[in-house]
Amino acid sequence: MTDAIRQALNRLRAFFHKEPLDRELGDEVASHLEFAIEENLRNGLSPEEARRQAYIRFGGVEQAKEQHREARGFLALDVLVQDLRYAMRMLRRDRSFTIIAVLILALGIAANTAVFSVVDTVLLRPLPFPNAQQLTWLAANKGEGGLSAVTFTVDAFEEFQRHNKSFQEVTSYQTFYNSIQYRLMGYGEPLPVFGVQVAGNFFKTLGVQPAFGRLFSREECQKGGRPAALLSYPFWQQQFAGNPRMIGQTITLNDQIVTVVGILPKTFDFGSVFSPGLKVDFFVPAIMDFWRTWGNTLALVGRLKPGVTVAQAQAESNVLFPRLKAAHPEWFEDYTATITGLKDYVSGKLRRSLIVLWCAVGLILLIVCVNLSNLLLARSAARSKEFAMRSALGAGRTRLFRQLLTESLVLSSAGALLGWGLAFVITTYLAHQGSIALPLLSSVRVDGAALLWTLLIAVAAAVLFGLAPGLRISGGSLQDALKNSGHGMSAGRKHERLRAALVISEVALACVLLIGAGLLLRSFLRVLDVDLGFQPSRAAAIKIDYDDQGSAARRGAILQEILRRVDALPGIEAAGIADMLPLDRNRSWDFHAKGRVYRKGELQDSLVYVVTPGYLRAMGMHLREGRDFSWHDTASSGRVVIINQAAAHYHWPGEDPLGRLSVVNGRDTRVIGIISNVRESSVEDASSPEMYLPMTQAGPEGAELVVRTQLPLAALQSSVMRTLRSMNPGQSATEFRPLQQIVDHAVSPRRFFVLLVSSFAALGLVLVSLGIYGVISYSVTTRRQEIGIRMALGATGPRVQLGVMARTMRLAIIGIAVGTIASFAAAKWIASLLFGTSPTDPVTFAGIVLVLGAVALVAGYLPARRASRIDPMIALRSN
Amino acid sequence: MADSKLDLLQGTLDLMVLQTLAAMGSLHGYGIARRIEQVSGNEVLLNQGTIYASLVRLQQRGWIAAEWGTSDNNRKAKFYSITKRGRKQLLEDTAYWQRLSSVMGRVLSMQHDEGKQ
Repeated sequence: MTDAIRQALNRLRAFFHKEPLDRELGDEVASHLEFAIEENLRNGLSPEEARRQAYIRFGGVEQAKEQHREARGFLALDVLVQDLRYAMRMLRRDRSFTIIAVLILALGIAANTAVFSVVDTVLLRPLPFPNAQQLTWLAANKGEGGLSAVTFTVDAFEEFQRHNKSFQEVTSYQTFYNSIQYRLMGYGEPLPVFGVQVAGNFFKTLGVQPAFGRLFSREECQKGGRPAALLSYPFWQQQFAGNPRMIGQTITLNDQIVTVVGILPKTFDFGSVFSPGLKVDFFVPAIMDFWRTWGNTLALVGRLKPGVTVAQAQAESNVLFPRLKAAHPEWFEDYTATITGLKDYVSGKLRRSLIVLWCAVGLILLIVCVNLSNLLLARSAARSKEFAMRSALGAGRTRLFRQLLTESLVLSSAGALLGWGLAFVITTYLAHQGSIALPLLSSVRVDGAALLWTLLIAVAAAVLFGLAPGLRISGGSLQDALKNSGHGMSAGRKHERLRAALVISEVALACVLLIGAGLLLRSFLRVLDVDLGFQPSRAAAIKIDYDDQGSAARRGAILQEILRRVDALPGIEAAGIADMLPLDRNRSWDFHAKGRVYRKGELQDSLVYVVTPGYLRAMGMHLREGRDFSWHDTASSGRVVIINQAAAHYHWPGEDPLGRLSVVNGRDTRVIGIISNVRESSVEDASSPEMYLPMTQAGPEGAELVVRTQLPLAALQSSVMRTLRSMNPGQSATEFRPLQQIVDHAVSPRRFFVLLVSSFAALGLVLVSLGIYGVISYSVTTRRQEIGIRMALGATGPRVQLGVMARTMRLAIIGIAVGTIASFAAAKWIASLLFGTSPTDPVTFAGIVLVLGAVALVAGYLPARRASRIDPMIALRSN
Repeated sequence: MADSKLDLLQGTLDLMVLQTLAAMGSLHGYGIARRIEQVSGNEVLLNQGTIYASLVRLQQRGWIAAEWGTSDNNRKAKFYSITKRGRKQLLEDTAYWQRLSSVMGRVLSMQHDEGKQ
């Protein structure tokens, strides 16, 4: 055993001391031969014969030396080093080829590594919590409807927490965090900060330990307990310069003194898991006794007991909730929770998109490989003399094959290195795109797994694109090679066919990629074209603070005055206030037609927006019938509501609801207006029933001032802020949010995918045009003499040109045909990702076919023109 | 002529070299080769050059040691000698060879009808 180790070490040493060892061996062999010659002379042979005999007995001197080297070192390693050195020399000599190949590879590998990092983070890796597979998401109402529908009351939460047997812990957070405005006081102007209220066991359930300090105590979560807050790591760094002495200090939030009890770890990002794109500054305990009377506001997260499956928990929930409901007749509804893994809740919707993205980059890599295979084939044909020579000098086929494979590996390693760097840049960029509403995006980075993946695809790519030329070289016979490179011969037919097949498959792959991207792009354009029901351009919203001391009349007076002053500012075309904006956040209330009998389960809560007169106009919403609110609709006048078309159709099918009575949260309310549908929760989903109530009659949840203006927002910011401050000195320093930004945020996931897929498709198109150009151009070069002869025999330039073009188009058309057929299958597979676009959309298909055809035409035209300009005299003489 | 000589089995040369060094003490490459040829009665087909691969292998395993020195006729040469561990290895290998050759002998002298048992 030790002998084996000793030998391995000695071999390794020998590998690094080749020269002295070789010299020593040379001396030894020389002395050996002299001994032999001397002995032969002593035995009476002539000097010449003595020498000859000595050499015969010794055997081949070089062979013996080679055997010696083989015995003492690592031959495979020696060969590898030799191959590497040779490969480097070859690649350096062919600099432009090397640069193009490495660049193409780097792009392909970068795309793959970057997408893998995203897929790995969002889909493959567990959520960034300990034993994340135990974490589950609980949604009421089968997970359908707005926030109010899928959330729970405090009672339902506490009852389930108490009685369930499946969970170690059930926790919750307050979902209406958008409605609670916090201002951090004592650091200059009041600073708007973002806080989320969580149940006392929230962090314990997730398994999050504070980086400093501690979590909330039981007392701090009770009504009347000492106010406490946990800061998020970025907020602590940014606002308090990461001062560790913040623990135990107090800060002032609104008018409350709050003790900072701890700092959450850097790795915990509430937004990236529960609300993509949301930046949370701090957490405070949700005081359950306070929220008890507020209806459905809590989102539930549970940690299963070890060994309990989601299905088992679901079975328990199906039984337990109806029992709880029976015990609590005062509950509005049966809260039976639909339980899913938290991971599925977070990224389930993205699975299909990400897999499509993954496939797209896979296609890119294949196209890259085919392209390089082609380039290498062309090169190997040009090098066939070299290989024939090496073969004649005794290089075995495996040796030549290995040499070619080494070259591909060197190329792909260089490509991988560059690609990896590129991927690093891309992912870093993506991770800092807070505006993209994709979960976990902030934690995307090129990590060990991605590195491994890069390595894997680099090697796979090298084998893939090195295989074809390698097999050709090592499989072809020596005579063929020498014959083929002889005078006046075109390249072998087999060779041509292989290259043609590569081009066809490349075109087909690109066709699939382009059609898929085309369909997605068209869907995206359709999404952008959707009638939102409001005009986001030239409008912006700003959060405002006011103090109405709980009185609707006072609120009316304050808001009317704010609007009067803002309206008077130069450049303001319209202004209005609403508590919530479409595509931003929502809540829902009970709403139904008075006197109508609904079937069981037919009645769903409707989304509610509490607004001022003028809001509809400021938003650019379309009032179809009736009137807008006025300041004369007050708490003492009759209750009024404006509904959208969806609500009109739902509650008064086939009738005109204008002037009819409805019931809002149990109170009779007259319908005074009907507006066109507004895309309220998603740009892509059809509108659901909505109602708008006047601020003077219903309680708003916060306030957003919406203005419509021609002026740039920056110019308006200070004058509007001054006006607001003049009304309320405590107005916090918020900024205008263009409505377009809210819409952009809503469509950002689709934009993200479309952008990526389209850029991959564009990359594919470039690669294909390069591929076609390369092949046709090469075949023209190798057929120079043939073309020269034909021209000497009377073929005209245009005829030659036509011939080359025809050949190009034949390849392209076969490729496009195959690709189109494959695209039908691929399109069906991505059908669920399309919006307003059929998977067989003829415009997309026809468009892509034309684009590919045009690209092939151009790529073929350049070499064809060169072919037509061949001078037969020069071509025939040039051998 | 080559047909009548014995081709060396894999690994046998190493053992011959060890035995030669054990019997003769310190020798140079040529000496070892000649000695093996003489003892085998010129029955072994040995390209003398192959001995050097064997020597480096044995040396790397630590079974023989090498040293440059001067021969009787004043020529510089590398002299090999067996080490203590080499002797141990030689004992083991010799025992193995003897067992193997006796088994081979028995198997090859098997009679035709013995298969019936």
